[in-house]
Amino acid sequence: MTDEASLNLFQQQEANRRRTRLLVVGFVLFFAWLGFGGDFIYWLATANEPPAAQHSVWWFGMAATALGVLLAWYAYSTGPEKVLWATGAEEVLEPATDQQRQLVNVVEEMAIAAGVPRPRIWIVPDPDPNAFATGVDPSHAHVAVTQGLLDLCSRDELQAVIGHELGHVKNLDVRLMTTLAALVGAVLLMRDGATRIFFSRGSGRIAGGEGGGGGGGRGGRKNLGPLVAVLLVVWIVSWILAPIISQLLALAVSRKREYLADAMGAQFTRNPLALASALQKIEAADAPTTHIKQGAAHLCIADPLGRRLTSHEGFLADLLATHPPMAKRITILRGMGYAALKKEGGSVA
Amino acid sequence: MSSWLLLILLVAVALWLIGAYNGLVSLKNQTLNAFKQIDVQLKRRHDLIPNLVNAVKGAMDFERSTLEAVIQARNQAVQVNATGPGGVKRISQAENALSSALQRLLVVVEQYPQLKATSNVGQLQEELTTTENRIAFSRQLYNDTATQYNTRQQQFPTSLVAGLARAQPADLWEITDQGERAVPQVDLSLKPKA
Repeated sequence: MTDEASLNLFQQQEANRRRTRLLVVGFVLFFAWLGFGGDFIYWLATANEPPAAQHSVWWFGMAATALGVLLAWYAYSTGPEKVLWATGAEEVLEPATDQQRQLVNVVEEMAIAAGVPRPRIWIVPDPDPNAFATGVDPSHAHVAVTQGLLDLCSRDELQAVIGHELGHVKNLDVRLMTTLAALVGAVLLMRDGATRIFFSRGSGRIAGGEGGGGGGGRGGRKNLGPLVAVLLVVWIVSWILAPIISQLLALAVSRKREYLADAMGAQFTRNPLALASALQKIEAADAPTTHIKQGAAHLCIADPLGRRLTSHEGFLADLLATHPPMAKRITILRGMGYAALKKEGGSVA
Repeated sequence: MSSWLLLILLVAVALWLIGAYNGLVSLKNQTLNAFKQIDVQLKRRHDLIPNLVNAVKGAMDFERSTLEAVIQARNQAVQVNATGPGGVKRISQAENALSSALQRLLVVVEQYPQLKATSNVGQLQEELTTTENRIAFSRQLYNDTATQYNTRQQQFPTSLVAGLARAQPADLWEITDQGERAVPQVDLSLKPKA
């Protein structure tokens, strides 16, 4: 590692820490804005009433902010768990087969090369080759590969893929990516909850006492109005919010991230050609990775959804795709490999 | 007014001194730690070799000399005195000799298909592959870290603090054996040949 490379690493780590903070703060601020905005409108509406009926305490704002903080904390602290759970990954505790023993060995080797503690190892039972890493910091990291990757790749190629993933771990990409995935998941969860409450309210009056913030009155159709309105607003907002956040996700995941992890993986293994051939194999198996859904797509080494956008360069792809085109990554890695071969005086086969 | 400027300047210089000093100390410790990592992996290799030798001994009686070379190189590597000046150099010489002896043994094992077919030997081969890789990668990490440390303490202006932090250039782990420089021709992985 030259001084320049380590400088890049520290910059990337710092950028990832900063972006994670921004993301969490932005998430909470958005909730606060919604809540206090509601308070303000309600206050305007009751401004002409006698003082006792005025909306003077900003309950909505406080509740929404508390909810935002709670959700963000929950998402941050359980993110890796949730991501792994969502993909149906199983942890390799005691290697049962030769294949698993090789995987464990390869991960240990790469952890040594990267100078990070050995991450926990998971296998996703999916025939399509793919891999991802998650966790909030290098000492609590997880690396997951699909069964398909184990079946398809040689030892060197597996090593290269793990090197790429540990690159993500070391430069703290995993923290930002995992938090992002968990926050999106939290919003989706809230949307589903709001949908259920709203529709159960609409279909009858069974759910009368739920929701808590009925403004003090008990029963009576008049007092249910604001509650229904609030639920409706939450529901609509979360419907709007979820896709926006998904798009932000694609944007925040600058596609440079993958190039950088490729370069770090090559630096750990000193074998860029192995990663190039692994990527080629992953690309050739173009079936989507069915176990990995949209929520975790940006964590993977190759786009698990098999979106066609990914194979293009250009403005739209830069805006919407989570992964750079595979052909370009392979070309860059080949360039690195041939340059190294030439320096050693070897010939290119 | 000017005394304030002087004060600010002094504080800035002091802060830089602290930063440079701590940076050097941290790199020094990282280098030491990376060196310990090599030690851990070398120990693993030393423990593994008797198992490997036992597993193949019966099947290749007439390759005695190769086996004995491995055992001898291993025993020499275990006994190397790592302390004192030039410790890194002595260890790396002994370990490099062991590496080439092992390479020769693996080439020989490769010539006995019935030996490779025993799952015991197959597993040992994977263990040996990973051990050799771990040694290589820990060496790589050590050399990278040590180079970073050396560069930092020689570069201006950090070089001014180097004496204060008692920074000494760290020895790199060199490959002395010409045989080891060459790209190994043996395919040790367990994958089926394409």
